[in-house]
Amino acid sequence: MSDVGSTSTAGGPLLEVTDLVKHFPIKSGLLIDREVDQVRAVDGISFSVNKGETLGLVGESGSGKSTACRAVLQLLKPTSGSVKFEGQEIAGLSRRELRPLRREMQMIFQDPYASLNPRKRVGQIVGDQLKIQKVASGKALRTRVEELLERVGLSPEHYNRFPHEFSGGQRQRIGIARALALGPKLVFCDEPVSALDVSIQAQIVNLLDDLQDEMGLTYVFVAHDIGVVRHISDRIAVMNHGKIVETGEADQVCEHPRDAYTKKLLAAVPIPDPRESRARRERAGTTG
Amino acid sequence: MPPESEKQGTEAPIPTGTGALDAGLGIESDGARVVEAEAGDGRQAGGPWRIAGRRLRRNKVALFSLAIFFLIVICCLLAPVWANHVADTGPNTTHTLEKLHVNGEVREVVEPSGKAIGPQWFEAGGKFFLGADGHLGRDEMVRLLYGGRSSLFIGIVAALITTLLAVTLGLLSGYYGGLTDTFISRIMDVIWSFPVVLLGIALGIALAVGGLKLGPIHLKSSSLWIPTLIIGVVYTPYMARPLRGEILALREKEFIEAAVAQGASDRRIMFIELLPNLLSTIIVFFTLNIANNMLLEATLSYLGAGVQPPSSSWGTMISEGFDALYSQPILTIIPGTAILLTVLSVNVFGDGLRDALDPKSKVRFEARAGTAAEMDNPV
Ligand SMILES: Nc1ncnc2c1ncn2[C@@H]1O[C@H](COP(=O)(O)OP(=O)(O)O)[C@@H](O)[C@H]1O
Ligand SMILES: [Mg+2]
Repeated sequence: MSDVGSTSTAGGPLLEVTDLVKHFPIKSGLLIDREVDQVRAVDGISFSVNKGETLGLVGESGSGKSTACRAVLQLLKPTSGSVKFEGQEIAGLSRRELRPLRREMQMIFQDPYASLNPRKRVGQIVGDQLKIQKVASGKALRTRVEELLERVGLSPEHYNRFPHEFSGGQRQRIGIARALALGPKLVFCDEPVSALDVSIQAQIVNLLDDLQDEMGLTYVFVAHDIGVVRHISDRIAVMNHGKIVETGEADQVCEHPRDAYTKKLLAAVPIPDPRESRARRERAGTTG
Repeated sequence: MPPESEKQGTEAPIPTGTGALDAGLGIESDGARVVEAEAGDGRQAGGPWRIAGRRLRRNKVALFSLAIFFLIVICCLLAPVWANHVADTGPNTTHTLEKLHVNGEVREVVEPSGKAIGPQWFEAGGKFFLGADGHLGRDEMVRLLYGGRSSLFIGIVAALITTLLAVTLGLLSGYYGGLTDTFISRIMDVIWSFPVVLLGIALGIALAVGGLKLGPIHLKSSSLWIPTLIIGVVYTPYMARPLRGEILALREKEFIEAAVAQGASDRRIMFIELLPNLLSTIIVFFTLNIANNMLLEATLSYLGAGVQPPSSSWGTMISEGFDALYSQPILTIIPGTAILLTVLSVNVFGDGLRDALDPKSKVRFEARAGTAAEMDNPV
């Protein structure tokens, strides 16, 4: 639960999250809804992200990873806590005040089917932000969108197509192009590959990796599978039941996990080599 | 691992410049899946509207119904032409004491017994084509055409009113939720809780007596706008509710969140993200609504709470013909058939439209989302 942002890279952290809480009320009652209980989806998490790094956020399904991303990005109003982006407090800002900040922080969604509006053309999906932020329009917008499509591995001819004409991997590329349209500083990748076939997963991860180098992006990379984030993360934060149970350098977390839950996650990672797999299981079994 | 693995199933080449991370995993599986998903229904190319258009074009029954409906509309629009150039009379002109010269024979338009002349077809040069409408001796065909104008006007304009109200209210209550939703939904519930016909009669009779004065709007009691407005309002909840439900479901979709994450305004989300997804539902509802409206108009007019005499509508004509049901059933059968044909054609076309626009894409979408969900936990 400790803040570990102070270790790498000079300057203050790009993002600093302190005691972030998001509870969903469970309502019930006749006529008038009364709050009877809460889902503690995110229950007081603190972490920071430095410029240029990748923070892996790992935890099993339902541990609150997506909710955490949304609360940080102010897509959900946090119950309490502070979110500082480049030193500026953004929790509690109005939608209008947030609009310029939206250029800096973007999100890539988990479900490549639900995250693209089926009635919008690819060009519109990718280019809308340029319009919303009044950056470009008309011919300039089209040129920019076509460049983006090419950059994420699609073709400029896809501009006028609809999402249903694409495969899952291609759809996720569209989602990536949309997120990167205005060159954000920080990108939340919410399980960007877990809905995809394994062979496509590697391509998308590589694409994200290349784009990070090229555009100087900072990632918060969410996964339920610690194996996926291990190689691409500089640091890893492990989440369980709405709390961060362990943070640390990626290698350290994977090789010498301190928390029992982290060990459980590591034991669940499929390992091609049966000998190592057995050794892993034994390690997890003896200590956890 | 070749980066082209994704190419296999899709027509368009993807220039993936990325060297794949070696995960030591098989590559054929997604290729195969893509082939299945996309080459399998290669006809799905093109926008959602074009796909729907193609499906509709294959539905000959629906197209035939649409043609019938257009034919009826055109005939009714041409009512003045028939009245002035063929029948030489107006819809409300009486011919009680007149005589008709047919093939050297003299026929009374209304016999002393009160029985009206039957259909003359073209024997009198198109006059009294369908006979006269009872003891007033008005030309039935002319009344039928003019009545059709009223009925169609009410059917279509009321459907426009319903659509406008329902889309506005549905969007506001579905998107904003909270108090706005509660307020709108309760009003809808009040309207909903009355049987449509009962509410229509109550409003119709109240307004037929005194007309409607609402600020600058002043409608005479005989105005066609009164039944139109009543019908438009009475059916609003029946369209607003399902739309609201659909918006509630859409609002949870990630693409709405993506729009918020880009800084889109409420208005933009409603009009650019939500509305296009509602359009197929709206179109289908609108079409089927026309048929319902025409039936309600007929019901209300029959009961005296709709179109007011001497104006004719198919409902008032049935009502008037009913007086002579035993002696001259044709006076009821003619407007009844007109309503039946129109409503049937609209309904069959509406169903075809629904089949073309809606369900398949949805089922397909859900099926694919299901696959995605299953793959959430690989291994
Ligand atoms: N809108 C919501 N209303 C109520 N509960 C929610 C909502 N969104 C998420 N939750 C709950 O919060 C918990 C965390 O969910 P989520 O953040 O999606 O987890 P993860 O992304 O790690 O799988 C789950 O128990 C989920 O049911
Ligand atoms: Mg999630």
